Amino acid sequence: MMKNKKGIKLRLILFGLLALGMIIVAIFADKFCPFDPLQQDLNSAYLAPDGVHIMGTDAYGRDMFSRIIMGARISIISTLSLVAIISIVGTIIGLVCGYFGGKIDMLVMRISDMFLAFPGLVFAIAIAAIMGGGVANAVVALALISWPKYARIARSQTLAVKNSTYVTAAVVIGDSHIRIMKNHILPNIWGPILVTAVLDIGTMLMELAGLSFLGLGAQPPVAEWGSMMSTGRSMLQTCPWVVLSPGLAIFISVIIFNLFGDSIRDAFDPKLNN
Amino acid sequence: MKYTCKRILQLIPILFAITFLSFAMMRLAGSDVIEQKMQNTGQVVSEAQLNAAREELGLDKPMITQYFVWLKNLLHGDMGVSYVSGKNVFDTFIEKLPATILLTVSSILLTIVISIPLGIISAVYQNKIIDYIIRLLSFIGNSMPNFFVALVLMYFLGIQLKLFPIISRGISIESLAMPTLTLAIAMSAKYMRQIRATILDELDKDYIIGAKARGVRFSVTLFMSVLRACLVTIITLLALSIGSLLGGTAIIESIFMWDGVGKMAVDAINMRDYPIIQAYVMWMAIIYVMVNLITDLSYRLLDPRIRLGDKSL
Repeated sequence: MMKNKKGIKLRLILFGLLALGMIIVAIFADKFCPFDPLQQDLNSAYLAPDGVHIMGTDAYGRDMFSRIIMGARISIISTLSLVAIISIVGTIIGLVCGYFGGKIDMLVMRISDMFLAFPGLVFAIAIAAIMGGGVANAVVALALISWPKYARIARSQTLAVKNSTYVTAAVVIGDSHIRIMKNHILPNIWGPILVTAVLDIGTMLMELAGLSFLGLGAQPPVAEWGSMMSTGRSMLQTCPWVVLSPGLAIFISVIIFNLFGDSIRDAFDPKLNN
Repeated sequence: MKYTCKRILQLIPILFAITFLSFAMMRLAGSDVIEQKMQNTGQVVSEAQLNAAREELGLDKPMITQYFVWLKNLLHGDMGVSYVSGKNVFDTFIEKLPATILLTVSSILLTIVISIPLGIISAVYQNKIIDYIIRLLSFIGNSMPNFFVALVLMYFLGIQLKLFPIISRGISIESLAMPTLTLAIAMSAKYMRQIRATILDELDKDYIIGAKARGVRFSVTLFMSVLRACLVTIITLLALSIGSLLGGTAIIESIFMWDGVGKMAVDAINMRDYPIIQAYVMWMAIIYVMVNLITDLSYRLLDPRIRLGDKSL
């Protein structure tokens, strides 16, 4: 058992570092690019991968590798902000609903039922279509359909700890509602929410890229993985690197975040920890 | 029976919500139908003419009145005409729906054919090499966005091996193969995991030991009892994946040029053809809600514990 526990910790550190590495590359993307990702050079359009351009060049002679690194900034940072927004907003809504209960709770839960009754991606497509293209709009569209999940988890967790002795004690000594929620309930419910959020990063990354692929997210010439694949699509036959390398970038980042999510889940799982 | 009635009654507010949201969506899109129409004819019009036209179409009435008028037309199968083709939206939708249903059903069937045997193998040979391979495949499948899978298949099966046409040539088996495979890969990855977990859970139960003690062959127990127990999981998975499947078909259909409602919707989005988008969103939501209802009802047929009202479930 000891060995198992150690293994979980090791995996958590390893995948955590990998995920952190990706985030660092995303934030300082411009420092890592060998070429200017927006610099066009029509003389070197559609170059196959070689020593100079390790992933080849696209229709405008832009270096694919640099564009993919730059794309990490939009893809990863917007995904992380999306997950942060929905988990924080969802948690607050669920926490407040679970804590106070009553009519507001009923109303909010019915609204979240309604969102859950819609097929998510179809709804996101509709919202993004109304609001027009743009990364921010795609993030808003996905946020609108994904918050109910977090609200539900936070609410059920709150209901579970609301009647504990320590909460009653806090009420007795006259703590304010906000203080009770912040100091006594939140620290006891954030575990499952964090695990859900980290496991959600991969899915959200794919959905965001999917919206961009449909032309509803990032707009060219901005380097974003989904839209890069979409614009390169017609060249699949002759220059597959233009399409497949951004896809590979999505694939690898999703794998890293999923592995990280799995290891966080295992670390939080009391069954494996004891 | 009482439960069935209750569920069907619950559907009513949801249907109202869906239709109202779809209706509101058109308004939010900020496109004034009248201005759009007038601009299309290319004439310069005065504000008075615009108002007269608005009055004629009832657009000067409060939004809620307009909604009920729209709903009445909807029930008569009138969803307006496409901005682009000028054709009746409802007819266009119905015309393209069979292709999408065919794609959805075939990918669900393929998913079942792939994931049940692999899920069983993976559970029965838990922690053996074959289990690790299946779990690795499932992990990979879960980490690939469907459009990437589509393009990879297109590149290897379509361009390199020339097995299937890259672009759909009407409704045929060859054209159906790659879109179906794409959708099935992503779903199978999820299903395998869940089926494996359910079977492992089931194999831990006392009745399995009982059957073993009585000398029942393992394969008999597996197929007669364990698989039956998995049915509920599989049905739940199907219901859950209908939502992402409907969204997924939009992307996959437009990649493979499969002429269904998904491709229609993506084309409409690019053309800002709002009546079509509206019809798509509304009908997809209605189909989704209906599928969920049918699933909930089917649990009761499949699992007597639910039928008998066991609250612990």
